[in-house]
Amino acid sequence: MSALGVFSQLLALVCALLLAPLLTGWVNQCRHWLQNKSAPGVLQPYRMLHKLFNKESVMAEHASPLYRFAPYLVFSCMLLACAIIPTLSTDLPLSPAADAIALVGLFALARVFISLAAMDVGTAFGTLGARREMLVGFLAEPALLMVLFCASMITGSTSLTAIVETLAHRDLAIYPSMLLAGVAFTMVSLAENARVPVDNPDTHLELTMIHEAMILEYSARHLALMEWAASLKLFAYSCAGLALFFPWGVAEANSPLALLLALPVLVFKLAIGGAVLAAVETASAKMRVFRVPEFLGTAFLMAVIGLLVNVLLGVG
Amino acid sequence: MIKFVPQIINLLATIILLLSFAMISQRRIVTLINLFMIQGAALVAASFLLGYVTNQPDLYVSGALTLLLKVIFIPWMLHRVIRKLNVRWDVETLFNIPTTMLVGIALVILAFSLAAPVSRLSETLAGGSLGIALACILLSFMMMITRSKAVPQVVGFLSMENGLIFAATAVTNGMPMIVEFGVALDVLVGVLILGVFMFQIREKFDNLDIHNLETLKDDRS
Repeated sequence: MSALGVFSQLLALVCALLLAPLLTGWVNQCRHWLQNKSAPGVLQPYRMLHKLFNKESVMAEHASPLYRFAPYLVFSCMLLACAIIPTLSTDLPLSPAADAIALVGLFALARVFISLAAMDVGTAFGTLGARREMLVGFLAEPALLMVLFCASMITGSTSLTAIVETLAHRDLAIYPSMLLAGVAFTMVSLAENARVPVDNPDTHLELTMIHEAMILEYSARHLALMEWAASLKLFAYSCAGLALFFPWGVAEANSPLALLLALPVLVFKLAIGGAVLAAVETASAKMRVFRVPEFLGTAFLMAVIGLLVNVLLGVG
Repeated sequence: MIKFVPQIINLLATIILLLSFAMISQRRIVTLINLFMIQGAALVAASFLLGYVTNQPDLYVSGALTLLLKVIFIPWMLHRVIRKLNVRWDVETLFNIPTTMLVGIALVILAFSLAAPVSRLSETLAGGSLGIALACILLSFMMMITRSKAVPQVVGFLSMENGLIFAATAVTNGMPMIVEFGVALDVLVGVLILGVFMFQIREKFDNLDIHNLETLKDDRS
């Protein structure tokens, strides 16, 4: 573990913490532009977090310790996920501890706790949200795993850093399976981040909400942590997508100069990715909750076909 | 450039397969026709690319024929038909898309395992994509079986033809010209006749559900 490695790990963490709300703000900004609304500004999520952290927290009377503990756990899960995804550099001391499968596990852990916390207080909305979240989750997880396996099959490793290193530095080649995996990944990340075809991120008190329903009872710093965790999740998914499908510009070990260059490249890629996400959200209509399994089933099948195409064309 | 050609052909093959799956799960007729149009465009791109690399002007002709027929004329005609029949915004109730998809994936596995030994013998650039082409054909078959309205069935038939042409192009670098022309003419005439059929079905039953045809009886008997 070199000093530079520790430094790049810390830089990646700080980057994730600071850039995540900005990414959320940017996506909202783009969406407002596309929908001809006046936008609240890119910095709105920071203002929101600042406001929430300075408020007094109100708890439900019957809330158990789990309810109190869940925001911290969800937040740290998402932060750890951001730490093991190679955003700026592939020289990450934390990454040998967790590979692509552990990443999916981290998301699953956060999901379990946020759902338990939502059911803990016992309001109707919380339970409803938790159930729907599980409905989305049980299909999104295998699909995400298959997408990651698709990349693993090409590169021969489940470690995210190894995948990115191999994809970014071998001779340029076009992998048809990655096209299918890319489509599947887009569908999964739309579902997992509570984006439009599955859930609407900016509705409150609507019968179709999923994510908002689960965090409805939270207030002040707990809510702030939950919101920040949601931003981090979006950031983690965007970075994972960029790392798998557009891995160019990520720095390698022992190259401080490349590390300097990696940050603007990442910001540039995220800006484009956020704009594309906003465009996808604007162009599609919210679907019925019972259509969601169909949507995610399609994503799963796409990823499986990607694996099959890998086998057929003899990649790896 | 040459190095990437097989990869690009494989990529186009995957796009065609992706579109086949999209068509299976698509309920709206207008979107279905547009998907078919894109599939045709991918096929044209593959033909032109193969023709350019292997120096076969035949493939240009075949590509141009596909472009004229399947990307421009037939979609235009189908759009016209659904506008005239007023089924433009028809939404078909499909039975259980996830099941259809699962059957679809079984078909893909079957096609891939069937094609693997054949494509190992093939010495052409894109022999590897025979499996994908075969999968497209089987998926379009399934689409024709599962749909109950007339227009999606026609689209399924045409999409199957796309898969066939792609298989021929990928494995043998193009069929003889006379066969190409024959097939193109067949498709054209087939679509025209089916178009007339659709109007007739509509006239008789007020909708395009072909299950109505099962109750047809000869009046004299």
